[in-house]
Amino acid sequence: MLEGIMIGLTAAFSLQNLLMVVAGCLIGTFIGMLPGLGPMSIIAIMIPVAITLGDPAAALILLAGVYYGAIFGGSTSSILLNAPGVAGTVATSFDGYPMAQKGQAGKALTIAAVASFAGGTIGAILLMVFAPALSTVALLFHSAEYFALMVVGLSAIAAFAGTGQVAKALMMTMLGLMLATVGEGALFSMPRFTLGLMDLQSGISFITLAMAMFALPEAMFLVLNPARGTNGEGGSNKITGLRFSRAEGRAMMPVIGRQSVQGFFIGVLPGAGATIASFLGYAVERNLASPEEQKEFGKGSVKGLAAPETANNAACTGSFVPLLTLGIPGSGTTAILLGALIALNVTPGPRLMTDTPEIFWAVIISMFIGNLVLLILNLPLIPYIAKILTIPREYLIPFILFFTLMGAYIGQNNATELLILVGLGVVATILRFADYPLAPLLIGFILGTMLEDNFSRSMQLYQGVGFVLERPMTLALLVMALLLVLLPSYRARRARKRAEGVADGD
Amino acid sequence: MALDRWIALIFITFCCVYGYLAFFTMDQLLPPFMQRNPVWPSTFPKVLSVLGIIVGLVVLFGLESHSAEKEPSATDINYRRLHDYKLGQALMLLGLMVAYALMLRPAGFLLSTTVFLFAGSAVLGERKWLRMLLVAGIATGCVWYLVQEVLGIFLRPFPFFMGT
Repeated sequence: MLEGIMIGLTAAFSLQNLLMVVAGCLIGTFIGMLPGLGPMSIIAIMIPVAITLGDPAAALILLAGVYYGAIFGGSTSSILLNAPGVAGTVATSFDGYPMAQKGQAGKALTIAAVASFAGGTIGAILLMVFAPALSTVALLFHSAEYFALMVVGLSAIAAFAGTGQVAKALMMTMLGLMLATVGEGALFSMPRFTLGLMDLQSGISFITLAMAMFALPEAMFLVLNPARGTNGEGGSNKITGLRFSRAEGRAMMPVIGRQSVQGFFIGVLPGAGATIASFLGYAVERNLASPEEQKEFGKGSVKGLAAPETANNAACTGSFVPLLTLGIPGSGTTAILLGALIALNVTPGPRLMTDTPEIFWAVIISMFIGNLVLLILNLPLIPYIAKILTIPREYLIPFILFFTLMGAYIGQNNATELLILVGLGVVATILRFADYPLAPLLIGFILGTMLEDNFSRSMQLYQGVGFVLERPMTLALLVMALLLVLLPSYRARRARKRAEGVADGD
Repeated sequence: MALDRWIALIFITFCCVYGYLAFFTMDQLLPPFMQRNPVWPSTFPKVLSVLGIIVGLVVLFGLESHSAEKEPSATDINYRRLHDYKLGQALMLLGLMVAYALMLRPAGFLLSTTVFLFAGSAVLGERKWLRMLLVAGIATGCVWYLVQEVLGIFLRPFPFFMGT
């Protein structure tokens, strides 16, 4: 491991990669601050840039920096304007915004930055310990287990979508998997579902799909409802007094310690991630606090601000574990990162550490650098960066749309792609009206090809579906996937029956 | 019928078409040597279409118990009152994007992008014409320089009749 860290240090401290971290964090903060643009849209927009860099390590470092920056920028706008740009920072606004209203915006931002830094750094240390261990285990996995593992991942993502939503999320996953079968597959080299159209021969571009699923609907929502984004009642834009007292620092310490570990492990789970981690972190710390402190929560409590901030950054780091060790993304954002890696000819998985250790370790080391950059470079700049929040929407929205279009165009150099983008974007907007979650669609789309490859390979090895029974691990994983999907609906049904007074069983 | 159920119905129709293609048309093209394989190109799509129809039916008939109606927040969009929102602006911007896609090649990057950004702000209600023109022009120039010179991706700057 020490050797690996050394490789990572040399790679990450090259001038180019250092620039990438700084640029990524700054861009991420800038755009993440804009209401309505989440890390997924930002990363999707940045992918063409990353791909043209050509160097996979630099590209991944840039994108990871953007990811961190976006989360940080999101917490800035939730503190200053009560308008979270990212779902993962909604919990931050519970205590951050009241603090800003009391004229302590600067202090709130510093606490958020320190908490994010600690969460991200502790998360990265945990990642260094757990990722190599997990990838040793993962090397024992067979294509049958991979197939089962992906099924578990997809079901977990659907299961975490919330009550009454599991079937909808599954439907979106299915749609994603179906879209992935369009075009010429590697395994059969035979065009499928192209309807005879040349433009569909190479399948649907995942950048186009990512843009259409996230960036475009978000922009359309901003257009449709001007109240969205400028939610705040003016918010205090004066940022003064960046310091917090020693007593407050001491109160934060245990919160940061607990939440970075908890957040990390929530982030590792597929489908959970920063949003769940931050809400859970907030709730846990509120329950642990003393009665006097509990009254503070929601009115500008230091603990209440530190908890979600630590947890969401630790969870972001945690979500890299399944991506780097198994090659299976657990969230929409890591799914987009996976797509970018595949486009750069890198296949993340257990062999990533042995085949290209410089990529693996450079990314981890750059996480430390990225967190440091956010703390010492971005924090003093925040008062200036926050000016971007005053750009009028008449200028902002055309630019968001333009960057969306450009992202799809640069990747393919094909104007037809833009028409596909607009078409899919309209569909995605309608799906969002009806409350269908879109992340499962994209994850299904990206995993679709791998899922089918592993499925077909095990079918060929075992001459049929016998592999499910012959490999107990596969069977166990598939049963787990089934339970994940069925359990929420079963529990909801039982809870309703109990409410009606006809509880069965217990 | 609520919108999410209509979508489920459309999805089921889509699955039926997809399944029809997988079950009845794809195997005809299969070369004889591949027919001895346990897995065909159509195997996975067949599984998907069946599962898709099942999931679609669950949503369509609302078999999954729903949680209580959520309070719609101020920033969310209620599609039943779509006319209360700026629907016209959204549709016009979509039209503008289609026009941009069609014009990008023939009119060249610089002209079509400037027009797109300018018209975009105009649609959203900005009326300071000179400022809009300046912002659009400068931004277009910067992006073109970045993409063409720094990233090295070719974008035809001028209309088709002015050479490449």
